[in-house]
Amino acid sequence: MNFRRLFLIAVPYSWLLLLFLVPFGIVLKISLSDPALAIPPYVPKFELAQGWAGIKAMFAAFDLENFVYLTEDNLYWKAYISSVQIALLSMVLTLLVGYPIAYGMANASEEWRPTLMMLVILPFWSSFLIRVYAWIGILGQNGYLNQLLQALGIIDEPLVILNTPIAVYIGIVYTYLPFMVLPIYATLEKLDGDLLEAAEDLGCSRIKAFWLITVPLSRPGVIAGCFLVFIPVVGEFVIPSLLGGSRTLMIGKILWDEFFSNRDWPLASAVAVILLLILIIPIVLFQRQQQRQQEAER
Amino acid sequence: MTFEAVKRPVFAPWKDPDAIPLIRFEGVTKKFGEFVAIENLSLSIYEREFFALLGPSGCGKTTLMRMLAGFETPTTGIITLDGRDIIGVPPNKRPVNMMFQSYALFPHLTVAENIAFGLKRSDMPKDQIAARVDEMLALVQLSKFGGRKPHQISGGQRQRVALARALAKAPKLLLLDEPLAALDRKLREETQFELMDIQEKLGTTFVIVTHDQEEAMTVASRVAVMNHGELVQVETPERIYEHPANRYVADFIGDVNLIEGTISASEGETCQISWAEGQPLLNATPSELLAVGASCCLAIRPEKVSISSEEPTDAANAVAGRVLDIGYLGNISTYHVQLSNGKVIKAQVANHRRLARRAFTWEDPVWVSFTATAGVVLTE
Ligand SMILES: Nc1ncnc2c1ncn2[C@@H]1O[C@H](COP(=O)(O)OP(=O)(O)O)[C@@H](O)[C@H]1O
Ligand SMILES: [Mg+2]
Repeated sequence: MNFRRLFLIAVPYSWLLLLFLVPFGIVLKISLSDPALAIPPYVPKFELAQGWAGIKAMFAAFDLENFVYLTEDNLYWKAYISSVQIALLSMVLTLLVGYPIAYGMANASEEWRPTLMMLVILPFWSSFLIRVYAWIGILGQNGYLNQLLQALGIIDEPLVILNTPIAVYIGIVYTYLPFMVLPIYATLEKLDGDLLEAAEDLGCSRIKAFWLITVPLSRPGVIAGCFLVFIPVVGEFVIPSLLGGSRTLMIGKILWDEFFSNRDWPLASAVAVILLLILIIPIVLFQRQQQRQQEAER
Repeated sequence: MTFEAVKRPVFAPWKDPDAIPLIRFEGVTKKFGEFVAIENLSLSIYEREFFALLGPSGCGKTTLMRMLAGFETPTTGIITLDGRDIIGVPPNKRPVNMMFQSYALFPHLTVAENIAFGLKRSDMPKDQIAARVDEMLALVQLSKFGGRKPHQISGGQRQRVALARALAKAPKLLLLDEPLAALDRKLREETQFELMDIQEKLGTTFVIVTHDQEEAMTVASRVAVMNHGELVQVETPERIYEHPANRYVADFIGDVNLIEGTISASEGETCQISWAEGQPLLNATPSELLAVGASCCLAIRPEKVSISSEEPTDAANAVAGRVLDIGYLGNISTYHVQLSNGKVIKAQVANHRRLARRAFTWEDPVWVSFTATAGVVLTE
């Protein structure tokens, strides 16, 4: 193997090693430790000064106590299941909202497309936190939405949206929409218009042609979009804690509480390790799908 | 070109005043905004015809075809199919199928599924669909490839799948938009004959769009030469070639010598054309009586021009010149002969002998000659 190739491969792998594997190793180590009143708040510590004996002592002190605890208290697995459920449902909702947007963009006239694309990306220009806070102002008891609906006479009593799962779904769909729209748009834009005309010519109505041609051919974009929404939403913490109130159970929030409220780093680390294991399945599936699509396009 | 006449000796419904055309365009105009793509076009196409639309790129061939398929609506005018007005009938309700220039094969379906696609939209029972797909695969010699996806077969095979898919529903009319443009020359020529065989076997009316005049001449029963959204001439390939209606057609179809001049004498069947100072008058046979002094153009195909080293004694027309250029095409050679006034006449000679024994070479003084009936007198 020549050096150029070696170098090219070395760059992403060292990136992965430095920013993913090393932190993960540290988290894994903490998850095997015991909590303690110290800084940092766990034992055993990694002490190079004691040499080989120190490392041996450290390994001897490791145990799976925290993982066992996760299975005993049903708060945790409920939070995992609830997170996956919320992620799945918001994925479907984002798809339902995002597909028509992407379809509209792809069918808009050539000159409008860059503008529409801009509008989809525009929210990224302001801070994510500010945008989520803005939703508090919109969805609250005296928020703009309730004011508007009351002014229009549609409702008498203000709706309770904030601090319910509905607010979480609204927040997630809003935040993750571009991740759904862009890959779908990319596949729809490439779609050859002749194919739809051919389908019509062969006896399909417009709607039938959409289901038989457009939908299957946009599948790679839909799959990519779904993964790009599902994977981060499972671990989402900001949106449920700001919009969801105490009733929305998500593993990201538990993680935060364990780390910063309880200062139980080992347990929090165990939660994170399990979360990662849960996510590895969809991530691997996603990579496989991407690879397969690249091969198909070649 | 003559085998066409041998092949279909009696098939000429366009000559029969009682024949009812399958398709009729009546005063059809199509505008895109201000741009006129088709202008006041009237045309009849008969059942079982292999009809070619021929013209340069952008002359409106595809537009005409898309109006037949139902993807475009004429701005004004009438289009009937089988006597029924079809304007406003959507593409999926017309007994017309189209083979797209891009083939438009569905990439997510196999070859067999592509062919079955149209059948599944009809009310044909399932078991019959499978049989019909097999039949179509056999017709285009792709029986072994039914399970492949379009990206797993060659360009020529894809072209045949597109043809089979368009034919599967047994349409009254098959539209082919530049069906062979993407194939290389040899494959294209083979496929032209395959297309003719299939058309003859099925008896379906074919309308083919092409910008390749040889292709149009080879496959078609009649050729419509188009220019700027108008029909210039609609005739059999032989008539188009031998009796072009005007300079545009003569020049567009095949190679031609165009000699501009004026009628200097006209009597009965023949006329004399004066065309250059110091050159002999040319004898020709116009199709109609022309007035003396009228300007005209004599169009002669290069293969009807003979070349000799001595002045021919019995030729109706003979002029002297020098060999300027020789184009060797294998089976034939084209001699470019420059006359004393600078005009270049092309003469084509079949290469009966090997090249080394060629009779003439560059700069040789020669005579070019042709009969009085060899050329066509064009007045437009
Ligand atoms: N949808 C359209 N909008 C505007 N102009 C068009 C459209 N379709 C075709 N044209 C114009 O009409 C003319 C004829 O086009 P077309 O029928 O595709 O030509 P051809 O198939 O003979 O090359 C071209 O000048 C083309 O630019
Ligand atoms: Mg065209």
